[in-house]
Amino acid sequence: MMKNAVEVADLVVRRGGREVLRSIGFTIERGSVTGLLGPSGCGKSTLMRSLVGVQQLTSGTVKAFGEEAGAKALRSRIGYVTQAASVYDDLTVTENLNFFAKVLGVNKGEVAEAIDAVDLRSHADVVVGQLSGGQRSRASLAVALLGDPDLLVLDEPTVGLDPVLRRDLWELFHRIAARGAAVFVSSHVMDEADRCDRLMLMRDGVIIADDTPLRICEKTRTDDIESAFLALVEGAGDQS
Amino acid sequence: MNPRITFAVATRVLTQVRRDHRTAAMLLVLPCLLMTLLWWMFEESGAVFDRLGPGLLAMFPFIIMFLVTSVTTLRERSSGTLERLLAMPMGKLDFLVGYAIAFGVVAAVQSALAVALSVGLLDLDVQGPVWLLTVVAIADAVLGSALGLFVSAFATTEFQAVQFMPAFVVPQILLCGLFVPRDQMPTVLEKISDVLPLSYATDAMQTLTRTAATGDVWQDVLVVAAFAIAALGLGAATLRRRTP
Ligand SMILES: Nc1ncnc2c1ncn2[C@@H]1O[C@H](COP(=O)(O)OP(=O)(O)OP(=O)(O)O)[C@@H](O)[C@H]1O
Ligand SMILES: [Mg+2]
Repeated sequence: MMKNAVEVADLVVRRGGREVLRSIGFTIERGSVTGLLGPSGCGKSTLMRSLVGVQQLTSGTVKAFGEEAGAKALRSRIGYVTQAASVYDDLTVTENLNFFAKVLGVNKGEVAEAIDAVDLRSHADVVVGQLSGGQRSRASLAVALLGDPDLLVLDEPTVGLDPVLRRDLWELFHRIAARGAAVFVSSHVMDEADRCDRLMLMRDGVIIADDTPLRICEKTRTDDIESAFLALVEGAGDQS
Repeated sequence: MNPRITFAVATRVLTQVRRDHRTAAMLLVLPCLLMTLLWWMFEESGAVFDRLGPGLLAMFPFIIMFLVTSVTTLRERSSGTLERLLAMPMGKLDFLVGYAIAFGVVAAVQSALAVALSVGLLDLDVQGPVWLLTVVAIADAVLGSALGLFVSAFATTEFQAVQFMPAFVVPQILLCGLFVPRDQMPTVLEKISDVLPLSYATDAMQTLTRTAATGDVWQDVLVVAAFAIAALGLGAATLRRRTP
């Protein structure tokens, strides 16, 4: 039987003395693209760091494929893109990927594939420090594609990219999901919401909605996710 | 630890050093220039150069590697690449030892050049085997790297990392026996210098210039190596996969 890709239960994280994640719980299945949307500072990156096992947890559990997040056996199965492009500025795109491929024990042939997937072939031999911001974050994304990970955790991978490229990348995410992987993508641009199979809206460390984009709109009787988000926030305000 | 990953880290660091021409030049040429400066200062009295020279040959790789390593690892922490690596199948020791190997190689080239220049052109008088001078220098460089890796855990900015240099390195330079022989220092200071690694490195270099017997030198090299391994161990202990 297929285990859930991700299982989070009662997750609480304190950072700098403040509760950044407040009792979060959800599961993610393989084969879908899940979006995590919320305003700046709501805790998206913290949640993503928790999933890949680099965040100190205050309480609660985070599991991937049945194992504690960050477990040794998981580390070659998860592709992670940090919010800031985490590649070496003084190496070329190819050199960066070759290095991470060696760390992952991945065949060198996959390097060219990953570079093509993010449309960087024309800049494969350019030093990353000389790339534009969007190109740099694509180089960072390419690293996460190495080794066909079963879970992709992508922290705002499409920031600063043009519409065509953004569409191409979302198509790529769906292709990866169709292959059986789970893709978890954060964004604070609400207009990317419709591209997700499933959407989690987050605010102040709490998940305030978790459904398909369409049903979120239906439930809130709104036409787009931005209005839905506002409706949810104001609704919560009325109750308290 | 996994040799494939350790080696990948080492070759990557070396590629980065080679890419950065200015740093590469500084690493290789600067010690030679400084040795030449010292030789020139004591042009009239070769005996002083013979006394100070070996100590400086021990010191350069130590200082330079301390600085270079603490700043590069800090950059790795702040750029997010360390976080990414730790989310991958990368052992902490793979990371640290990979760095130590890379900078050990740089140090080998660096001190081979400085030693060749000092002995060949500047007539530094060495009784012991010259190659052993290079071995001591490499041990020093690895020690400098290891300490640099360790202190970078306590710095949150590159600016802070550089500040560790006067705190960690300058006292060792003052107490290592280069300015005042260690047995002529006040007892408390002598005792302190006994637990500082650079003292042993300087001892080794000075022994090499005085006698051809190498037993004491190897003992000092072992002490320096032990300090380096301890610093790497502490570095691994302070390197956290999960951060707050
Ligand atoms: N290193 C840190 N130490 C202490 N607090 C932190 C740290 N990083 C983030 N925080 C706090 O945690 C909260 C959530 O931050 P997080 O980075 O998860 O937000 P985010 O939703 O990813 O925001 P953005 O969209 O701007 O990236 C913020 O209030 C922030 O102040
Ligand atoms: Mg973020």
